This record gives sequence, structure tokens and C-alpha cells, in this order.
Amino acid sequence: MALQALIETWKDAIYDPAFEMVEQWKEKTGRKAVGYFPVYSPVEILHAAGLLPVAIFGAGNRLEITNADSRFGSFICSIAKSTMELGLQHRLDLFSGMLFHSICDTARNLAFLFKRNFHPQLFVEYIHLPQNNSTDAAVDYLTSEYKRVAKNMADLAGREFRTENLEKSILLYNNNRRCMRRLYYALRSDAPHLLSTSDFYLLGRAGCILPPEEHSLIVSNVIEELSKNQSKTRDRIRVVLEGSFCEQPPLELLAVLEDAGCYVVNDDLLLGLRWFEQDLEFNHDPFRSLARSYLHDSCYSSVRHDCLTSRSDMLLEKVRKSRADAVIFCIAKFCEPAYFDYVLFKNKLDENNIPHLLVEFEEKMRTFEKARTEVETFVESILFD
Amino acid sequence: MQQQNERQTYQGLMHRVQKKLMVRWYNELDAATETGHPAVYLMVSGNCVELLRAFDVLPVYPEINALQLAIRNKSLPALLKSEELGYATDNCGYVKADIGANSLGDKATLGTRLPKPALILCNYVGCNTYVKWFEHLAALTGAPLYVLDIPFMRQETASPEDVQYVVRQLEEIIKLLEKITGKKLDIENLKEHLKRARTAEDLWCEVRNFSKHRPAPYDAYFDNTTMMGPLYVYRGMQECIDFFEVAKKEFQERARQGLGAVSPEKFRIVVEGPPPYPYFRKFRDMLAHWGACAVASTYSTVGGIWEFGFRHDSNNPLYSIAEHMISQNLANRSFLQRYEQIDRYIEEYSADALLIHSVKSCRLFSAGQGDMREYFFRQREVPTLFVESDLEDPRYFSAAQMQNRIDAFFESLEHQKLYKSHPTLSSGGPR
Ligand code: SF4
Ligand code: SF4
Repeated sequence: MALQALIETWKDAIYDPAFEMVEQWKEKTGRKAVGYFPVYSPVEILHAAGLLPVAIFGAGNRLEITNADSRFGSFICSIAKSTMELGLQHRLDLFSGMLFHSICDTARNLAFLFKRNFHPQLFVEYIHLPQNNSTDAAVDYLTSEYKRVAKNMADLAGREFRTENLEKSILLYNNNRRCMRRLYYALRSDAPHLLSTSDFYLLGRAGCILPPEEHSLIVSNVIEELSKNQSKTRDRIRVVLEGSFCEQPPLELLAVLEDAGCYVVNDDLLLGLRWFEQDLEFNHDPFRSLARSYLHDSCYSSVRHDCLTSRSDMLLEKVRKSRADAVIFCIAKFCEPAYFDYVLFKNKLDENNIPHLLVEFEEKMRTFEKARTEVETFVESILFD
Repeated sequence: MQQQNERQTYQGLMHRVQKKLMVRWYNELDAATETGHPAVYLMVSGNCVELLRAFDVLPVYPEINALQLAIRNKSLPALLKSEELGYATDNCGYVKADIGANSLGDKATLGTRLPKPALILCNYVGCNTYVKWFEHLAALTGAPLYVLDIPFMRQETASPEDVQYVVRQLEEIIKLLEKITGKKLDIENLKEHLKRARTAEDLWCEVRNFSKHRPAPYDAYFDNTTMMGPLYVYRGMQECIDFFEVAKKEFQERARQGLGAVSPEKFRIVVEGPPPYPYFRKFRDMLAHWGACAVASTYSTVGGIWEFGFRHDSNNPLYSIAEHMISQNLANRSFLQRYEQIDRYIEEYSADALLIHSVKSCRLFSAGQGDMREYFFRQREVPTLFVESDLEDPRYFSAAQMQNRIDAFFESLEHQKLYKSHPTLSSGGPR
């Protein structure tokens, strides 16, 4: 099937440590590319500045870590190490800049290690995203922060930053996020059997590397194509995957979850691609809209503190809305924010009698048998309860 | 290995006065559990204690409670308890010990009781874990939480927007404190606190300068840690000024007499990273054994950096509090600014080497410290020793391994020193 072939192409492009596809885009357009680290990067600003935003999710298991281990030491997640390794091996040389923001202590320190080792050839920018959304002062502050970054990004692109462009970019990304939301409803929540979890993931992940308009088109076509399929769901449990908002689990692990009897009906994978639950609305200042949206309309995750609503309640709501039977915490080894939240989440689920299971992963994970057995046992305990 | 006798390290009046002050504070907290005197929980890094004191509110620092547990060798049961509650083995040890102790009942651990918080004020200064920690404490105690968001130092200086943002949040906190205490903020009183803070800050800087002496009259890692207690708990109050007067006088006298914190002082080191509190004494002895004295440390600046010129300013109360929280403390400064700080220390305090104590469960300090070693050792050619353990969890401290690393390093440094003074001898460079 044509879709399968497409997915295979993306798979290579997505995990390609040489970023061939980005190289091609640069050649074709004569423009520059900027990498960004997950989770809440304001890609609209990069796009509006005329740059190609490319998500850098570490290097998966395609890169031997030779130098970054000693730069980071023990107790550090793989995404930080492999991202550093990409830099040390000059694999990011094709990018003109790299954008980080305040998600956790590790990612923040990584940003400044990047600065020492690669700046200014690779222009390093860091955004402090506010963690206090109970005050209007945060909107003002973040608006000014975005403006500062926009100026730097436009300088990098060698042009003036035009506010009209930002409005256009917001519309483009609104459309892309709408497609992603539809994808989640059509092919996860309502008919999870139509596309395997790993293919579904790759389809989404292609959006981290393709320009938004191209990606939106592909996603829409896939939805249309697959919705015609009449096949029936199998006897599997419906789960919400929680904890993979930053470092991404190996594809094999996603496949194992499904093989072991789960339909992943909602998740926080690739959260950056669809972090507004609704279209971003704008008033006279698009920067302000962007700021307000991060503070008030973005999907929760363990790296965004919410002073107004508890994340545990939001997880519960997610479980209910997606009619899930259980939650699988799929957490990167040493991801401190996810592990802290795990405690509060777990308590909340226990109070509500929702079964859950913790599965830890890392990029260089090679055997999945232990995970498979655990998930199978978990699924059985629910199916035959 | 060259055998040396255990050395005596400096213990003096400063330590005794510190202890008295800290005991007094804990007693006040204990009493507040009965009287209902309002207490606010906050974090050490770039704290705004003057504001609380101006409202006559008692500060409670869960970090200090956690370190007290560790230094008294009481952290393990609390850590185990937190793991039972679902915390991961590698989550920050401070949080785990504090939450664990809370669940076990604090009387059993600290010896005195802690008042319930009227407000949990998370001054989010640098460390992301802070936000998690206080969120969990709020869930546990049911107290209201305010996250005072401090923009991280991503540029050289704080921007006017950064400062404005923090000031507006401080104004909201003032309203909360007014509600809690039932009193309006007396701005004159706040100014008085800031004036006294400034005097204490002057004294603290004078004290820090004494370690430029050869030999250094006190150890700027271990003894500075002791001094941090009064600096954070009592800053803005006369007690803090009195304490630093005592310390200053004592160090002045020791410097005049040529008394070193370790004697003889053979190596002057700069230390990066928090201490291994469960093995505080042991770690100190291991270094003293080699005649190594810390002449400067980064850890002692987590709560504030004053030696480069910043002072609280009573003419600009909220602005200067905001500036302190944003740019004038180690925790909220970037890694590169930390490198600069260490570079300055090595130069200004005539240090021979850098010791990086990497705390496994504290990413604020440790994530990327290998790069720091790379920078100092390769680029700056500073002999650098990198050791790992934890600030709270005794299970991460391997005494034999630590001893070996320290011995090998100083042995080699000694050779190198010898070689430098007698170039005909063969050399072996320290790792
Ligand atoms: S995986 Fe977790 S710890 Fe690592 S950079 Fe991402 S958020 Fe931070
Ligand atoms: S992570 Fe480090 S700085 Fe943060 S609370 Fe823990 S020990 Fe303190």
C-alpha cells in the first residue's frame, strides 16, 4: 500500500542522523533550518522568520554515544546525551541555530553546554517559559520574551521580522494542529485498529521535519483514505500513554504495547505538534496570542506547571474522554519531571480505581521482552478481571 | 601513598554561635505549632526572606530541614519511605527526604516540630525540581501554593521586562501576606530589613575575603556552608549582623596569627557542587588529610552572590529583591556564568585546583558537570578532580572509592608541585 511505502520513507528521514531531508529542503529553498528541542517550542516564530523548524528529539538508537556520556555523567536521560552527541559529532552543522526552553534542569543545562561548545556557528537561543499562569504579568512577560526571540531569529534568517508573517504562520499551524487533532479522534480514539501505533506515530512525527502545509495535506489524505476501511476492532484494552512528552520511546516499544494487547487511544507523544487544544485565536498582537495560548490553552505535561488546574485532574479527564481502561506510564529513564508527577498521577488513578502500569524506556534499549511480559500480564489482569 | 596524620580542622566561636541561632530558629518554629504564628515555606535559592520578616512571618526552608536530616544521619528512613510512596530512586534526595519525613511525622526526625504552612511560596529560582517539590508539599498539607516564577538568566543581565514581571508577582505575594497576617505592608519596616540585610551582606563579603589569606583561616566550602544558615534564616535582622561580626572578628584574629583552617595548608582548592551531607565530616577529613583547604566555593552562593557588588537597596525595595532573585544568585545563573565565577575564584583566591563534587540526584548542579571538567582541565589547564556522591542519600557514598580518588589526585598534585619547584624530578600530572 502506498501509505506503507510513505511511512517507510519518513521512518528513514526521521531517524536519519545526517538530516538528509533537511539538507534537501535547504537546497531547494535557499533558506536556513533551525533545530528545536521539545516540548513547547513556539515554531510559529521560527516559521514566520523564514526558517525551517526541525524538532531534534535526540538520536534514537541510530548513534553511538562516544563523547556525550562523559559530558553529562550518570543519572541523565538519553535525549540530552544523544542531542549533545549529535552536536559533538558535527551532525547539527547544517542547522543555523538551536532553540531550547525551560522544561527541566537537564534540558536547560544542555542549552548552555550547547552554547559553550557550538555557539555562535550554531546560534543558541533559550526561552524562559513562565510557570505561573495565575497572573496576567506572565502574559506580558512572555509576549516580550517571544518578541526578543523573534528579533534574534529574524537576524539569523537575515531579514526583518514581519508581524503579518507571524499571523500567517499561526494560521498554518492552526491548520496543522487541527489535522493532528482530527487524526487523534479519527484514528486513535474512534478507530484505533485502522493504523498501527507505530505507523500512527511516524505519520505524526513526519510533521517534525516537514513544512506544516505539506504535513497537513498528508495527514488529511491518510484520514480520508483509512476512514473508508470497515474492519472491526480487536479484543484489546484501551490505554492512555503518559510520560513521553519529551524523550520519545523506541518505535519497537510502541509496537510491543500493541502486540501485548493495548490500543493506545491517547498519549503525550510529540506533544509539541498539537499543544493547543483549540485553534489559537488572535487579537491585534499575535505574539500576545501565542503567549496567552501557552499559558492557558496548551496541553498539560509534567514540564508545564499549572497554577489553576491540577495535572492529575487533567489526566483523569483525558482518561475519561478517551474512554480508556487504563494508563501506561511510559517514562524515559532519569526523566525527573515525569517521575515526580508519576507519584501524584498514580495516587489520583488509585483513588479512581483506574489501573496503571509503569514502563521505563531509554533510547538505546534493545530488548523488549521484559516490557512485553509486563504489559501482557497487565492486559490480562484487566481483560479477565 | 604518603601517610599523614589526621589533621585538626577549624572549629570555633562562629560554629557555636551558628548552632545557637539555628536551635533558636527551630525552637521558634516548634513554638509556632502551638501559637499559630504564621509560617511560610520557601526555597533557599535567591530567597526573599526580608519580605517575610517585614511581615513578622517565620521562614521555613524545607531544604535546610532535609540537610539537617542528612547531616544527622537520619535521612535513610525518610528516603526509603518516599520510595515506598512511589518516588524514583534517582529523584532529588532533598525532596524525597522531606516528603518522606513529612509522612513519617517530623517530630520523629528533626526533634522539633514544624508549623503548618500558611503559604507555600515556591520561589522558582533556577531549580525546576522546586516547583515539583512544593506542589507535592501543597498536596500533602493542603496549604495554598504560589509559584513565584523567576526568569532564568539566559542573557548576561536581567532585562527590564524580567524585573517588571517579578515585581508584579511580588506585589501579589504582598497581598497574600497581608491577608495571612491581617496587616498592611509597612514599607518603612521592609526598608529597615533591607538596610540590615545590606550591612550583613557587606560583612559576608568581608568574611569571604579572608580566605584569600595564606593560610585561609576557615574553609570556604565546609565553614561557609555553616555560615549559610544564619545568612538565609536571619538576613534582614540584627542577629545576622551580630553573627557575621563574630565571624569576622574571629577570622581577622586567626589570619593575624597565621592560623589555617587546616594546618599546614598545602593545597588551595575551589569546590563546585553541594556537599555530601551524610558524610560531611568524613569528606572534610579526607581533604584535610592532604592539607587541602577550600578557598572558595560555588555552593555558598546559591542563596545570593554579593561579592561581585550587588547589595539589597532600601531605596528600591521590590526592584532590588527582584534583581537578587533573578541575577544575583548561583542557582538562577547559566552554566557559563558558573564557569566564569569559578574562573574568577581560581584567579582571585590563588587556587591550585578545582574539585567538582557531583551530586547525582541534583541535576541543577550536576547535569553537564562533565563538560565543566572538560573546560577547566583541557581549556584552562586547571587540575580538576571529579567525584560523585549525593547530598542526601548515604547509599551513593562509597567511602573507599572516594578516598582512592582523592588520594590519587593529591598525590599526583603533590608530585607536580614538587616537579615545578625542582624541574629535574620526573612529573606525573593530576587527572
Ligand atoms: S526527558 Fe525529561 S529529563 Fe530529559 S530533557 Fe526531557 S524533560 Fe528533561
Ligand atoms: S535538584 Fe538540587 S537544587 Fe533542586 S531541590 Fe534538589 S538539591 Fe536542591
